[in-house]
Amino acid sequence: MRKLEVGYIDIHDIQFSNESKVENGVLFVDKEAIKKIVLEDENIKSCEVEIARPGESVRITPVKDVIEPRCKVEGQGGIFPGVISKVTTVGTGRTHALRGSAVVTTGKIVGFQEGIIDMTGEGAKYTPFSKTVNLVLVMNPIDGLKQHEHEYANRMAGLRVAAYLGELGKSVEPNEVVSYETYGVKEGMEKYPNLPRVGYVQMLQSQGLMHDTYVYGVDAKKIVPTIINPTEVMDGAILSGNCVSSCDKNPTYIHMNNPVVHDLFAQHGKTINFVGMIITNENVYLADKERSSNWTAELCEYLDLDGAIVSQEGFGNPDTDLIMNCKKISAKGIKTVIITDEYAGRDGTSQSLADADPSADAVVTGGNANELITLPKLDKVIGDLSPIDKIAGGFENNVLEDGTILVELQAITGATSEVGFNCLSAR
Amino acid sequence: MAKIRVVHYINQFFANIGGEEKADIKPELREGVVGPGAAFNQAFGDEAEIVATVICGDSYFNENLEEAKKTVIDMVKSQNADMFLAGPAFNAGRYGVACGTIADAVKKELGIPVLTGMYVENPGADMFKNSVYIVATKNSAAGMRDAVKKMAPLALKLAKGEKIGASAEEGYMPNGVRKNFFDTKRGSARAIDMLLKKLAGKEFVTEFPMPDFDRVAPNPAVKDIAHATIALVTSGGIVPKGNPDHIESSSASKYGKYDIEGVMDLTADTYETAHGGYDPVYANEDADRVLPVDILREYEKEGKIGKLHRYFYTTVGNGTAVKSAKGFADEFSKELKDANVDAVILTST
Repeated sequence: MRKLEVGYIDIHDIQFSNESKVENGVLFVDKEAIKKIVLEDENIKSCEVEIARPGESVRITPVKDVIEPRCKVEGQGGIFPGVISKVTTVGTGRTHALRGSAVVTTGKIVGFQEGIIDMTGEGAKYTPFSKTVNLVLVMNPIDGLKQHEHEYANRMAGLRVAAYLGELGKSVEPNEVVSYETYGVKEGMEKYPNLPRVGYVQMLQSQGLMHDTYVYGVDAKKIVPTIINPTEVMDGAILSGNCVSSCDKNPTYIHMNNPVVHDLFAQHGKTINFVGMIITNENVYLADKERSSNWTAELCEYLDLDGAIVSQEGFGNPDTDLIMNCKKISAKGIKTVIITDEYAGRDGTSQSLADADPSADAVVTGGNANELITLPKLDKVIGDLSPIDKIAGGFENNVLEDGTILVELQAITGATSEVGFNCLSAR
Repeated sequence: MAKIRVVHYINQFFANIGGEEKADIKPELREGVVGPGAAFNQAFGDEAEIVATVICGDSYFNENLEEAKKTVIDMVKSQNADMFLAGPAFNAGRYGVACGTIADAVKKELGIPVLTGMYVENPGADMFKNSVYIVATKNSAAGMRDAVKKMAPLALKLAKGEKIGASAEEGYMPNGVRKNFFDTKRGSARAIDMLLKKLAGKEFVTEFPMPDFDRVAPNPAVKDIAHATIALVTSGGIVPKGNPDHIESSSASKYGKYDIEGVMDLTADTYETAHGGYDPVYANEDADRVLPVDILREYEKEGKIGKLHRYFYTTVGNGTAVKSAKGFADEFSKELKDANVDAVILTST
């Protein structure tokens, strides 16, 4: 048996202070210490640190990543292995999480596909990060920095700050401790002989050119499908490094709190035997797609799965990977459910996916990302509002005279989550 | 405020006139409610009222379609109706088809909101669910109470011009228009519920039924490439520097047509990409990487191709609805044909 205990420390506010610490559910932050951590990277010219609280009239944009502060308390390895900590395998022992808080990275736009987090109003209903107290890093790169280098600088700064803040919870008594237990193949069979064997196939965004995900520091383009213990992701083994449309990419926060993993654990030992997790990629070459989907289906069969949930990341090109996976896993006689989102046009009448197959008869949707929403004018913008017509989901003249903004849901960070983080759906 | 005026359409059976033997009766207009109308009126409360009921035999309607339609429409019109309600027809096939047909006709002719209800397997459902709102009911009249409970609130919303939510919320049959709504459970939990049902061999309902897919067979190869006019079309977003037509970085609402007469090479100073779905560094450095003008000019010179067409067409494929993309191509394909282009190189990213 492998066991990870996660101690959740509930954070209900973040405040600036001359000393960084966690006390009575408040995360106190030394702004200068944060700036120093960010500016360790010579590619970042300047950094501002701001706080955005639920309900405030604040808009954060263009949002690149969202990260939950965590730290390792017991057991081997450290948080964000292979990137911030050494590459030791994680997922056992004890981890503390500053639940309810998040680090958000923004500043000068990296690519086109960064998002919006509104802390109040219509937009707040759609993003999960209107409910977290956010420490926002507004970072500006040195002149002439290439976009992929800029992406790297922002990504790493966010992770460094999240790890720094996470450490503050190391000796704090958590509000809740949850134990996540997994078993080896034989042990699981013996323990739950009559429960259906269920696995989770997570497709990681790996289209390249700033559409990347990292597994223990390895670019997911370069992995072949593999088995990973679902508790490993809770320690930050999978990281977002991508600029896919913000509505359906998985920010690092979502990887750390993957809802499919959590909800499968909730059923583990009751209605199912949660056997494990397979990660695969979404490369753009056909041979890669074939190899990865073939191998994913083989691994599902190898684990003797009765059922599998497959989640996608991104849209369009990866729809083909999703359908290949679904088709091939189903062909092994394994009952399959897929989670995706839709691009059905603003009026909802277009074809939602770029690929289809009759075997995909059990689909959960995170909603139509093309649907338009109207965002109110808010008092404060953290970051830079000027790319609002250029980010994915924006369009020409989408800021109206009274300051309200029209965007497709695409532009809202985490809105149409394809790991099912939200209640949003479509019919 | 005055009550919303509703006209209700029912068949001979629900009007208590008779069964099959009376199915040939002609349309008849009666003041106020008849049969199931009473339950609707009750559900409408103070907001709406059935001012008249049209009764028509199912056989008559279906066998004298044009005449029946015209008569019923005139009857509805005479009542200054704000809303037209038909059925529910449950699993009665001819009644369902009549309800769908007349609801559709009233909507088109009179421009007022309409609503009907029937069982999902009623042939009228498939025929009309994409043109009018049809509430899914049980398969027999025993489900009347349930049907009224779903239909009355939706009828009021429609009559008042309120925003209509997703089919799952409002109870109408999915009509091909995808609409967002907040479910009670998050997606991951819904996926697990669905999987548990699938594993147990129980019935489950997918949230997105797979569409019939449009696959385009490639044309035969070009026979005489050395004399062919070749055009370039791309979904990779290559545009003249500055993106003069403001093609969106994602979910494009338009395409661009640009003159490349005399352009031998796309350079960083003259062209760029508007596409938001990939790292634009390499495309911006040299847009020929996505739209190979330079190579085609060489081929043109060497006589490997006849010539490069004077215009290229471009849009952004990223998150762009298939329907929009089809619309763009329908337009510019005609232009390409009119310009006697023999072949197109379509590049994607």
